[in-house]
Amino acid sequence: MEFKQFIFYFFSAVLVFAAAMVITIRNPVKAALFLVLAFFSAAGLWILLQAEFLAIILVLVYVGAVMVLFLFVVMMLDINLVRLREGFGEYLPIGGLVAVLLVIEMAIILSSGQFGLENMPEPPAYTADYSNTRELGRLLYTFYVYPFEIAAIILLVAIVAAITLTMRRRKDTKYQDPNKQIRVDRKDRVRMVKMRSEKKV
Amino acid sequence: MTFEMPNILPAVPEIFVFSMACVILIVDLFLSERRRIVSYLLAQATLIGAAILTFKLMVSEPVFTFSNMFVADRLADVLKLAIYAVTASVFVYSRDYLRTRGMYRGEYFVLGLFGVVGMMIIVSAGHFLTLYLGLELLALSLYAMVAFQRDSSQATEAAMKYFVLGAMASGMLLYGMSILYGVTGNLEIAAVRRALAGMDADNVMLIFGLVFVIVGIAFKLGAVPFHMWVPDVYHGAPTSVTLYIGTAPKLAAFALVIRLLIGGLENLAASWQDILVILAVLSMGVGNVIAIAQDNIKRMLAYSSISHMGFFLLGILSATPNGYSSAMFYVLIYAVMSLGSFGMIILLSRSGFEAERLEDFKGLNQRSPWYALLMLILMFSMAGVPPTVGFYAKLLVIQAVIGVGMVPLAIVAVLFAVIGAYYYLRIIKLMYFDEAEDKTPIVAGGDVRLLMGVNVMLLLAIMPWIGVIIDLCSQAIKQLS
Repeated sequence: MEFKQFIFYFFSAVLVFAAAMVITIRNPVKAALFLVLAFFSAAGLWILLQAEFLAIILVLVYVGAVMVLFLFVVMMLDINLVRLREGFGEYLPIGGLVAVLLVIEMAIILSSGQFGLENMPEPPAYTADYSNTRELGRLLYTFYVYPFEIAAIILLVAIVAAITLTMRRRKDTKYQDPNKQIRVDRKDRVRMVKMRSEKKV
Repeated sequence: MTFEMPNILPAVPEIFVFSMACVILIVDLFLSERRRIVSYLLAQATLIGAAILTFKLMVSEPVFTFSNMFVADRLADVLKLAIYAVTASVFVYSRDYLRTRGMYRGEYFVLGLFGVVGMMIIVSAGHFLTLYLGLELLALSLYAMVAFQRDSSQATEAAMKYFVLGAMASGMLLYGMSILYGVTGNLEIAAVRRALAGMDADNVMLIFGLVFVIVGIAFKLGAVPFHMWVPDVYHGAPTSVTLYIGTAPKLAAFALVIRLLIGGLENLAASWQDILVILAVLSMGVGNVIAIAQDNIKRMLAYSSISHMGFFLLGILSATPNGYSSAMFYVLIYAVMSLGSFGMIILLSRSGFEAERLEDFKGLNQRSPWYALLMLILMFSMAGVPPTVGFYAKLLVIQAVIGVGMVPLAIVAVLFAVIGAYYYLRIIKLMYFDEAEDKTPIVAGGDVRLLMGVNVMLLLAIMPWIGVIIDLCSQAIKQLS
């Protein structure tokens, strides 16, 4: 076995193990941490495919930002595990049946030979100065510029929707008005009062 | 590497609607509640402006741009014009409803316009990626609109169900698309078509991908067995939003079916035909039979929409150009009928009262013979009774099915149409032969009254020009292949 193959199998095994743990472990914090492990192994696989930009983004964005936020949410919410598990047994037979069917179908698909090595030629080796960050950027801003813009619109709609659904102006909430704060003058806040000094009794 | 500027001219209507939506978003910030009408008028002006632009830019031959991801053809133009008209009417109907319920905020119009942009993107998509992104843009706007009534737990629940099921459907669609990409090596619709031409249609991978794509489409259409969200969402959402969901997005869903199944995967017709037969029969059956048991008119119309989607699928599954154009005709007519019916519910509702139970239609004839007549025409058209255009729409799809020799399917369709007639006629019975429980006169603004009259009378008055519309539909379809 080549060293490359060894790395591939190593990361794949860790990835499958971590993914299985995410959905089976009881403690949500541990599940989130296993998800982090799964992301790391996936990033390793991507490095192996010479997609270093995607690998770094996966670690930076998902592990660094998304999962940390997620952990915060999990820790702050008091999740009642017993209630989450309610109805699990009730839906198990039908859910299990669907899952088994899907696995069988996928096994048929994967063994149909479409994904065999002869159908997937090995990509050409790139020179050392090849930057796939630049290549990605080039494709994204030229060939895929239209979907790229639509994705931007979708994000805008998400912001508008989130603000529409959550922002409320309540009368009893106190607001800061930066405009007023800046324009404030000494005489608005401090009043000099002339008074006689008090005598000690 | 040189960058060639893509030809943005064909996409100008999309850019215009999107820019105007952003302008309204900002203008609305500076408006007080009393001057909110400015947002409304701007939204209407946007739709009119977009219609003029689309009309001016109309092309006789398909034009591709943005590396073939955008296509402007007759189909896109016709559907876009219909979407503008339907959305503008939705805005007219819902203005009073929103005002009396404290939902009269600019975001309703802004999200509505963003939804229109999504629909336009779907309608003129030339690539799986744009199709999917357009769908997400539309869906995201709809989720937010359903939850618009923040204090109503029913609306929130409906939005939650819609969101979860919609996300799942998008996932299915995306998975199917990725499998198709794996097999054909392409995401561009025309290229997928070319790649499939040289392939064995019985390829197990292709069918696997196709099934997932169809499941995604069926979710979006609300066809049985993927219909569970339809009644809950139609019922739970504020009526003005139900009006929006039940009309214009159906046109976009039609475009989704046409672009995916016919534009890209027509070579697999033998495989998807069987699947669609099952979906169509189940939709017509479940939709029409369960609608009988409903006593809430919004739920009833939701089941009716499920059954109409079944009829619409009849046209598609015949897999002939004739069938496609009759399906297009059906969905255009359905949008007009559905607009009128939900508009009528809004018209009868007033502050603090939702006319959504069947009993609320009791004795409508005594309260207002004119509105009772309009509702009568709407219900006749929905049921498919001859002098109305609804009959013609049903006739065309059934003819298309008979044309390919599926006579048993046609008989089943007619039988379910007869069963469906029961609950439409029940409303007519309630309006004309029952005593009115509440005698409050119906108040509505002049614009709403006028539009409602035009909307409903269109279903009768269009009959002499029906040939023109059918020609338009078949021309649009002809350009596809």
